[in-house]
Amino acid sequence: MSDVAYSVQGVSKQFVGTRALDDVSVEIRRHEVVGLIGENGAGKSTLLKILSGIYQPDSGTVTLHGQPVKFRNIAHAMKQGVAMVFQEQSLLPNISVAENIYLGNERDAVKQGVFRWPLLRKRAAEKLDAIGSQVSPRTRTEQLSFAKRQMVEIAKAMATGEGSHHDPVILLDEPTSVLEAAEIQRLYEVIHELKKRASVVFVSHRMEEVLEVCDRVYIMRDGKVVAERTKDEIDVPELFRLMVGRDLSDSYYAENEQEARRDDVRMRVSGLSGRGFTDVSFDLHAGEVLTLLGVQDSGREDLARALFGAAATTAGTVTLDGKAVRFRSPAHAVKAGIGYIPGERKTEGALLGMSVEENMTLAHTDQVMKGPVLVHSVERKTVDEWISKLRIKTPSGKTSMASLSGGNQQKVVLAKWLLDPNLRVLILDTPTRGLDIGAKADVYALVRQLARNGISVLLLADSLEEGIAMSHRVITMKDGRVSGEFDSAPGARPERTDVLERMV
Amino acid sequence: MSQHTVAPQSRSDGGSAAGRTETPTPDAGGLSVVRRALRVESVPLPALGALALVVVLFSIANSRFLTMANVRALADQSAIPVVLAVGMTFVILMGSIDLSVEGVVAATSMVTALLVANNRTHENFGLFAVVVSIAVGAALGSIAGFSVTRLRIPSFLATIGTWQIGLGVAQTLFAGRPPVVQDQDLRSWALKTWLGVPRLAFVALVVVLIGLWVQNMTRFGRYAYVIGGGEDIARLSGINVKRFRTLAFAAAGACAGLAGAMATARSGQGAVANGNGYLFLTIAGVVIGGTLLTGGRGGVVHSAIGVLIMVSITNGLILMGVSPYISQSVQGVIVVLAVTATLWRHRERLRVVK
Repeated sequence: MSDVAYSVQGVSKQFVGTRALDDVSVEIRRHEVVGLIGENGAGKSTLLKILSGIYQPDSGTVTLHGQPVKFRNIAHAMKQGVAMVFQEQSLLPNISVAENIYLGNERDAVKQGVFRWPLLRKRAAEKLDAIGSQVSPRTRTEQLSFAKRQMVEIAKAMATGEGSHHDPVILLDEPTSVLEAAEIQRLYEVIHELKKRASVVFVSHRMEEVLEVCDRVYIMRDGKVVAERTKDEIDVPELFRLMVGRDLSDSYYAENEQEARRDDVRMRVSGLSGRGFTDVSFDLHAGEVLTLLGVQDSGREDLARALFGAAATTAGTVTLDGKAVRFRSPAHAVKAGIGYIPGERKTEGALLGMSVEENMTLAHTDQVMKGPVLVHSVERKTVDEWISKLRIKTPSGKTSMASLSGGNQQKVVLAKWLLDPNLRVLILDTPTRGLDIGAKADVYALVRQLARNGISVLLLADSLEEGIAMSHRVITMKDGRVSGEFDSAPGARPERTDVLERMV
Repeated sequence: MSQHTVAPQSRSDGGSAAGRTETPTPDAGGLSVVRRALRVESVPLPALGALALVVVLFSIANSRFLTMANVRALADQSAIPVVLAVGMTFVILMGSIDLSVEGVVAATSMVTALLVANNRTHENFGLFAVVVSIAVGAALGSIAGFSVTRLRIPSFLATIGTWQIGLGVAQTLFAGRPPVVQDQDLRSWALKTWLGVPRLAFVALVVVLIGLWVQNMTRFGRYAYVIGGGEDIARLSGINVKRFRTLAFAAAGACAGLAGAMATARSGQGAVANGNGYLFLTIAGVVIGGTLLTGGRGGVVHSAIGVLIMVSITNGLILMGVSPYISQSVQGVIVVLAVTATLWRHRERLRVVK
């Protein structure tokens, strides 16, 4: 018997106008974690949809445990032990964890239409135990945090194909994209456990992650597999080159461009309390990138919102360039030179129904106005300037925001704040979440440039790596309080484990 | 990464996992059962609180409200809408609605009256007529179910259709002359009491208990929550959504069939008007009980309590001498307030309301 659990050979898939997959071959061996990495549009989600039975390939073959298979749909694939853990979770909030794990797959736990709850719960508990999850099978699913629900989702994947004598193949679609740094560590552990009982495909566009968890990596670009490497054969710069198709000009995080922070304190926060955070104090210097790290509910988002005037504070003071300030509303904060890019870009940061131009000038119409009148020629000129300066890929300023890629949308949102000549502090809530590697590198370079120009950046980083590599200083938060502070400079970065220890 | 660096994290975000014991044996002792029952949604605490409040307020306002005679009247008035609400609950849990109850009650009320001993036909099937009535109700419900699942007609339109079909059938059977029930067995269910309570109320209680069992223990009952919670996910999981949805309409129809027989027993004759007024009472009861019209939340007990609230308010206002027209408006206001209250928690997600 061969060592290959699941494979596709010479698979192609065509959509109207585009060739999404072109002669792709991938194999997944037993008890192996295989990484699938590529930028958005590289074809990795199409490949995943073929692997999970959602799409059928136009040509090529799919082989499961040595047998050629043709899955009719995702339920069919799951019956044979190929299970997908979706990025958008597929659990129902209003039923119990046990029901979710065995949904549509209850088998003899439902006899003549009647549930045998003890049996169902016992089996669910076994599945949860196997991945070290403490969740009770009785819990209503909506009561769990996102990270815990993901564990349930993985338990559900483990339950598919139960009863067949093969170990399942589990497909994880960007499982870390909405997890906090510490939760990601926990997921790594789980994947390590999973490996003993299953074959795992791990899709990601974060390079560090793939190198951390995968035994072997397939790198995709433009619908093709451009390389296959084992973990030991590859490092970040080469991965970047293979994925993006150009060399990493500087280091990924533009670390060479990091300058020392200036001595003058731009923003001094002392004893600040509010909903979700207590007694927070720190100084933010001019030209400094200060990273805030913490797990979900650590209070860092609440703090950021409060600093921007979007949430109330109950105690403590904030001074800006030596002057005490108290923002009653975001408009007030904007006037004082504070910019804020929220975490939910789609719902809070960008108006997708409006044009690039309108989005950019939204917060600072005064820059393109003469008296009470909006001057279109000035608006046009300003906008075009920023489009070229930030390398925003858009046909024109008139283009609808919705038609831009995530990375370009984010650059427009950044530009919105950069329009302000008085910008002093920029608060960035996970600005690179969901962006392509290339776009991320652009955002990193931009943040460096801002810092060099003396702007203070408060960064709520998306991952530990990003937070540490970008920073002059790292502040960790836990249960609403500052739990640690680390100085950080190129070549003298704090250890991941030390930072993590203060977060959990 | 060492194990212990990560381990505490699993406890640090949200306390909901605290309930897991080392040995997950499912059914422990008596006390924990009570505690668990209070924790899960199967006990509609807000609705119970509202019912208690209504009872207390009316007792204070009018000393006759809590007399045995009035409690008997409340039980008598609640029995039929409670039975209707149990069936309706499964339809609404799946995110559909059934507007046909008045039509189905009218038709099956006639069917029952004509099949027991009566002054118009020579049939006399005794209580077997009730079984036929339930079957006719289920058949009408199935027509609605098929229209929704196969013809893809929105349920409110499909059930307006079966409502009219039911009324038409009832008018045809009525033929201008009401059949008066002569079967004393059937009549006794409405006229005689057990423990001072009309027997029909016990019928309703049994229906609620059966409904509760179906809701918690059967595939049909659990999948009502699954389908209402996320139909796409249900379908992706290989669940035959159409079949279960059709079944829900059939179950609602069967309940309406039983309600029709009960209405005939109560009024002593078959009449098209036997179903009048039950649609509002049923839907208002279900909604006030805490079953969301969007599906996936609530349950049989919620709905039964919701009906009791509505009936108590109607009854209490009459006792206080409020004009029935004003009383009707008051009921309308209460429904609007109740829906607002149940959706209040979700108001942020409902920023766009059409």
